[in-house]
Amino acid sequence: MVALTKAINSNREDPDRKRANARKRFPVWRWVILLIAGVYFLLPLWAALRFAGIRAFGTVFVQPGFWPAIWLSTRLAIMTTLITLALMVPTAVYVHLRVPAMRRLLESITILPIVIPPVVLAVGVLQVSPGSLKATPWLLGLVYVVLAMPFAYRAIDAGLRALDLKTLTEASSSLGAGWSTTLWRVLLPNLRTALLSSTVLIVALVLGEFTIASLDLYVTFPVWIVQFDQLNANMSVAASIFALVLTWLFLMLIVTFGTRQSRRTGGGAVTLFTVARAETKGN
Amino acid sequence: MTQTEEVETTLGPVTGPRVARARSAGRSMAKLVGVVPFAVYVALGLIIPMIVVAIDAFRNPNTGAFTFTNVNIATHGVYATGIRESLILSVLASVIPGIFGALIAYAIFTAKRGAFLRQVVITASGVFANFGGVPLAFLFIASFGSSALVTGWLNDLGFNIYNAGFSLYTLSGVTLVYMYFQIPLMVLVILPALEGLRPAWREAAENLGARTWQYWRYVGGPVLMPSFLGCVLLLFGSALSAYATAEALTAGTIPLTSIQIASFLNGNVIAGQQNVGKALGLGMVVIIAIVMVFYVLLQRRAAKWLR
Repeated sequence: MVALTKAINSNREDPDRKRANARKRFPVWRWVILLIAGVYFLLPLWAALRFAGIRAFGTVFVQPGFWPAIWLSTRLAIMTTLITLALMVPTAVYVHLRVPAMRRLLESITILPIVIPPVVLAVGVLQVSPGSLKATPWLLGLVYVVLAMPFAYRAIDAGLRALDLKTLTEASSSLGAGWSTTLWRVLLPNLRTALLSSTVLIVALVLGEFTIASLDLYVTFPVWIVQFDQLNANMSVAASIFALVLTWLFLMLIVTFGTRQSRRTGGGAVTLFTVARAETKGN
Repeated sequence: MTQTEEVETTLGPVTGPRVARARSAGRSMAKLVGVVPFAVYVALGLIIPMIVVAIDAFRNPNTGAFTFTNVNIATHGVYATGIRESLILSVLASVIPGIFGALIAYAIFTAKRGAFLRQVVITASGVFANFGGVPLAFLFIASFGSSALVTGWLNDLGFNIYNAGFSLYTLSGVTLVYMYFQIPLMVLVILPALEGLRPAWREAAENLGARTWQYWRYVGGPVLMPSFLGCVLLLFGSALSAYATAEALTAGTIPLTSIQIASFLNGNVIAGQQNVGKALGLGMVVIIAIVMVFYVLLQRRAAKWLR
């Protein structure tokens, strides 16, 4: 198994057979698919940039309402990130260690916010939440925690599966550490990359969420973009593309940096959302 | 099967499913204490709001009495059209990006020395999957609008997509735009399944003389199918629940259920019909629930191979 996987993963050994094999197995279709995907995803970005003009980028920061909207979105992003991580990390660790049979159930529950219409969720939340909470933007943050669950849980789950959780916790408790010490001083440092990627995914979500914010009548950054759009379309587009590229660069940095760290300690590549099976199998 | 179990026990914590089952029911209840905060949050933030919507769907907004009027209105006339259009859009915007996303995922997954490519695509997917609303609509208006960049190019090549029946502001256009966040979502959710596809299986098939199509027909396809369908169902739910993008693009010219619900929230209602929006919401949740049941069943089938 080890030899086979190795032989397939790198075509450096036995070059003649493998090269022939590779040509047969990796025909043009890969490049056709990636080319179509590249065109589909980059062309609209380019078209919009061309339409908006580069100069729009400079002036976007001085527009009325920009800073209050950014400030609200920033606070919401911080709040959502903190609550989501405080809620999801202990739960995910606990389930992985104590009730692994529940992992699949947890996976199914945390996928729900992707498919439940935010519009419907907004209707229900507005109905049940007390008026004192409705008057503050914190309600929005609490709802965002629910929306962030799918991405946060999957990133944390990927991180946890890449660890030898059992050995770590056993070693920690045999040295006399309690549950909270183990979580704080052993697991969290090991999960650093997973936490970073889920943070960026949560921030991407909060900075992009429009539906619930607009229905709850809060002027967050995306809502401001839309309101401002009526005054100056170029600038609002420039602002949103700017946010998109910035988030992506952050994610790239985290994953590249995290992989380098992980390689140094003998681990595999950092995964953002997926499960690092090849590494966890230990073959 | 023996191999799967072996992997599970060497890797997983000692309290695997079999051990857990052997223990007393009381202790397994006690073990659930650690998930209480999460369960409470999900109940308050997700389950109870849904239940409230479901109950209100059957209540007269003024008297609070039980009634079927809301549901009746919600399933007829313009609202019935809305549900139909929503379903058509969701099927289109889940199957096409599903296939395309799976191909992209497979292309980057099997790319040799493709670590950088993989990272670029996966991180970009994480960002694009959360992109939507007015900015996304604008991207496409600037490129595929009736007199926009790409439309112009195609026109110069002698192909007028608007004469061919395409319009950005109808179902075909909205589908094209939805693919912008659906394809990345598909890439993210299908990758774990692809990682379960062992290279050894392919080798084994080739050693037995299988051709590529035979491998896919008899090994890869059947193994991947449950996960693939599960992911497509997820995409279906995501397309059905999307609101901001369609609203920004069509401004309500296509009757879509999510837009109709939002118009109730914005206060555009006839007196006495306030709860029709909730009945519509309930309808969506019921559709989603059916989809989720299939999703869970398919995941269970897929799990057999993905351990």
